[in-house]
Order: sequence, then structure tokens, then C-alpha cells
Amino acid sequence: MDILIDGIREAIRLLFTLDSEVMGITWLSFKISGTATLISLVIGIGIGTAVALTSFPGRRFVVSLINTGMALPPVVVGLFVTILLWRNGPLGFLEILYTPTAIIIAQAIIATPIVTGISLAAMQQLPKKLRLQILALGATRLQMVWILIREAKLPLLAAVMAGFGGVISEVGASIMVGGNIKGYSRVLTTATVMETSRGNFDIAIALGIILLVFAYLINLILTQIQQRERPR
Amino acid sequence: MKETLQVLESRGLQVRMGGALILDVPSLSIRQGEILSLIGPNGAGKTTLLQALSRLVPSSRGDIYFRGSRIGSNHSVIQYRRRIAMVFQEPLLFDTTVAENVASGLRIRGIRRSDIRDITALQLSRFGISHLADRSARTLSGGEAQRTSLARAFATLPEILFLDEPFASLDPPTRESIIDDLERVLRETGTTTVMATHDLHEAIRLSDRIAVMNGGRIVQTGAPEEIMNQPADEWVASFVGTETILPGKVAEKNGSSLLVSAFGFTMEAIGDAVPGEDIVLCIRPEHVTLSAFGPSLTTSARNVFRGTVERIIPAGAFFKVRVDCGFPLTAYVTRNAVDDLSLREGMPATASFKATAIHVIRRKSPFSP
Repeated sequence: MDILIDGIREAIRLLFTLDSEVMGITWLSFKISGTATLISLVIGIGIGTAVALTSFPGRRFVVSLINTGMALPPVVVGLFVTILLWRNGPLGFLEILYTPTAIIIAQAIIATPIVTGISLAAMQQLPKKLRLQILALGATRLQMVWILIREAKLPLLAAVMAGFGGVISEVGASIMVGGNIKGYSRVLTTATVMETSRGNFDIAIALGIILLVFAYLINLILTQIQQRERPR
Repeated sequence: MKETLQVLESRGLQVRMGGALILDVPSLSIRQGEILSLIGPNGAGKTTLLQALSRLVPSSRGDIYFRGSRIGSNHSVIQYRRRIAMVFQEPLLFDTTVAENVASGLRIRGIRRSDIRDITALQLSRFGISHLADRSARTLSGGEAQRTSLARAFATLPEILFLDEPFASLDPPTRESIIDDLERVLRETGTTTVMATHDLHEAIRLSDRIAVMNGGRIVQTGAPEEIMNQPADEWVASFVGTETILPGKVAEKNGSSLLVSAFGFTMEAIGDAVPGEDIVLCIRPEHVTLSAFGPSLTTSARNVFRGTVERIIPAGAFFKVRVDCGFPLTAYVTRNAVDDLSLREGMPATASFKATAIHVIRRKSPFSP
């Protein structure tokens, strides 16, 4: 029990004294996962909207592929990104394995299906006639897509949160493609794994608290959105 | 002769869905400033025709001409859509304020901010919703939302307004007050309007012309009076509320006066048919007069039949009375008349109608299938 209480006490000290290593890891995690989420938003909202607004042969197959992708295991993503970026792999010439860029790529791959799936659902739940109404108001196709995205903004915000929540807490791919290099590619989750294995529970708990705060904030915002969603 | 300006004209318009022909309208033209109603049962093709005319659904065949130029060549579809407006049955408002909703068509057109403010304010007051300007569209009642939708449509000063059953999901008092407002605004602006509705009374009240649709085709076009009193075929007659539709045969012809035999009775009618010809007699219930059974009848009506009251059905402000005269005949009777005549089911009554009250449809008319 002492281990836990001492650990929490030390963790709080690390947090309140803004320990440079902990803060560095937090900031890097935020940057990496934020960038990965941004990339996944551009691709995911794009694909989700396109699939929602068009009909083509094999559409059902694509939709089920996207939904399967939402549960993509991070270690599998880590494995394939590692192989791709391996020195003699197809993209080995980029020499980005064990860099923050590699983590961004892996996390973007994990987040994209999540964002795509939620965007697709968000766009599909808008009334079909809304598209006709927007066109009847004289909109170009691009204006129509933009207005539809704005109409689906609340569920799309949920996509942002789910995507970010998915990658900030992910460890498998980050450790495989990032290498957990101190001060360079060490993020909250990989650092927590390492410090725990070394028995440095105070730092591990501090990192864990930060992760929990992230998770809490994300859920708080999501709940707020859901509560605001249907006033009637 | 006064020249009438065609705003919109369609030629050979066909729409197919999944291979099936769901709309087939060889020609239709809409005159400047007129209000044309498309009436028909569900699935008649009213919405498809509206959407094809507004170029919201692609037509499989045919052309649409807006002020004489074909859309798709001289007019791009988007240019055309920016000169029309459409209001659907659902208000389809955006998740923003009422004022922003009314302004949305203007924003899409890139109109100056100050102009948008002025136009929006005018439309809000026109439809009596100025006090709701800053309210979220999500919090509106059905009537308020549909007013917002109408204000949004009028804000872009459309040259043609398309209305797709805009009052169908409103409760009767709300519907009545919105129709009042729409009627006033249409009179003020003189906007050319095409409205789909399955409500005959709505169509009669608002329209200059009615097109009756069935099975994806227009079966009759004409002034409301003409559609009501001279239906082109039995189907139209029944759709517009002609309760008595009887098969008959022309026995004699004297000028335009016909002696017709139906159900073993002889009736006098006015129409165009030749002796021996099979015809259909249409008698609207408001043209039939009922009196209590009695020998002294003082009526100018040529057709007088005695029968038995079969059913008395309350129908709003009046009663629908079915009389068996050897053939079924339906009359509209006011509540006072029911009391005065002490009408009861099973009692004898005399029904009369004028020769001019019968509309004669020739069996082999071009409208018959």
C-alpha cells in the first residue's frame, strides 16, 4: 500500500513542480497524437463524406471495411509500419523508423478508420432531403458538402475526440515504430510501460494521471456535446 | 390577343428509376405569375415532377426551357437553381438561428452582408417571425419552422417557387394561418408558383390552374372550376369528389340536350355524344337537392327521382346523404336541412338535379384508357 501512496505523492510533486522530463513527454505525446489526429481528420472526414454522399457498386463492402478498420489492433499497425519503414523495407529509404514521424504515421493509420466510420455515420444521419434543399438554395457541389459538414459538426467533433482518444492511449504501435528513445520518441504510454518495468512507480503514476486527465477531458467534452445535441 | 409569357416549359420529360418509368409528361408550360397545383394521390409523380422541373433529379429524357433557353446549354443548372426556390414538406432548416436560416440562400449567392441583413429582416416580418430571429431553429414549433422555410425561399426573390406539400404535416389551425400568409405574400410578389399537394381544397383555394396527376402522368389540366365540373375521366371525377358516377347510354339527342338511359331510368343531360353511345354520367353531390317525400314538387330540375335514404354521414360542416333511387345517388345537405326535412336513414326522399348538373364523359373519349 505504501508503494501506491508514495507513488501518488511523488507523482503529484512531479506534476506540480512541472518536472521537465514529464512535461517534455506530455508535450511530445500531445504533438504527435494531435498531428496524427489532424491527418486522420482530413482523410477520414473526406472519405466518410464521399462514401456517405455517393452510391457505387461494392459500397456495402467498403462500409464494412471501414467499420472493421475502427477496431484495427495497434500492434498489427505497428508491425506493418515497422516492416514498411525497415531499412530494406519498401519505404526504408525515408529513414524515419524510430522517429516521432513514424509514430505519427502509425497513429494516423489507427485513427483514420475511427474518424472515417464516425464521419460516415454522422453524414448518413442527416436527412436525405437536406441535400436537395441545399442544392435548391443554389449551392454548388462544394458548397453543399461544406454545409453538410457544418450540419454534422457535433457528431464530427465526436470523431475528433474518439480519434485523439484512440491514439493518445495507444502503446503497441508507438513503442514498435518509435523505439521509446528518451527525449526524442518517448511518449506518455511508452514511458509508462518502461518506468513500470523498471519499478519507477512514481513517474509511471504521474504519467498515468496525465493520461487519465486526457481521457477524462475527452469524455467530458463528448458528454457535453451529447447533452447539447437534442434540446427537443 | 394578350401574349402570355411562358416562364418554364418542359418537353418530353421522362424520369426512370431502376428501369421503371415513374414520370412521363409530354409537355407542360408554366405562365408568368400563375399558380399551378399538381394534385394526385401518393405516388402519382407530383414530387418527381417538381424535382425534375427544378433540376434536382436528372430526367432520363426531355428538355426544360427557362424563359426560352434550354437548361443545360444556355443556362447552367446552378444558374437556373439560383433563380428558383423550393420548399419541402419538412422545413429542413439548418442548425443555426432563424435569421441565419433565412439568409442561407443569400450567403450561398455571395450577396453583400448589409443587403442580407435588410432582406432577411423584410422576410422575417413578412412571415410574422421577426421575434424569432435569434432563436435556434431546433427550438421552433412545426408552424414556425415552416414559416422560416418559406421566408428562406422568398429571400432569394425566386422567379419560380416550387412547393412540395408544404403544409401536409401541420395541424389544421397552423396550416390555415400559414396558407393565409402564403396567399398574401404570393399576391404581393406575384411569384410564379408550382405546388404539389394531395389536398384538393388547398389546390382550389390557391391555384389559377390545376394539373391532376396519376401514375406518373398528367391526366388533366385546367382551371379549378373546370377540373371540378368537367373531369376528363372517371378516375379524375372520383378523385375530385364526384360521388355519383353512373354508366349510361344515349337514347336521344336534341341539339346539346341528351336523353340518357341509366339503370332503367331516363335522365336528361347536356353534353356531346351520339345516340347509342355508351357514356359515363358524373353528378357532384353539391348539385343534388333533397326534399322530403311528397307529391307536390316545385322544381325546375329535369331529373327527379324518388328513393330511400340509405346513409347519413357527417362530413364537417354538412352531411353526405346516400339515397337509393334504384341507382346510388349522393347529396350534400346542411345540418339545418337535415333537421328541417327530419332526414333519417330508411325514410323516403326525393332527389333532383338539373340537366346541366350532369357531366357526360364519352366512353371512347381520348382520355379513356
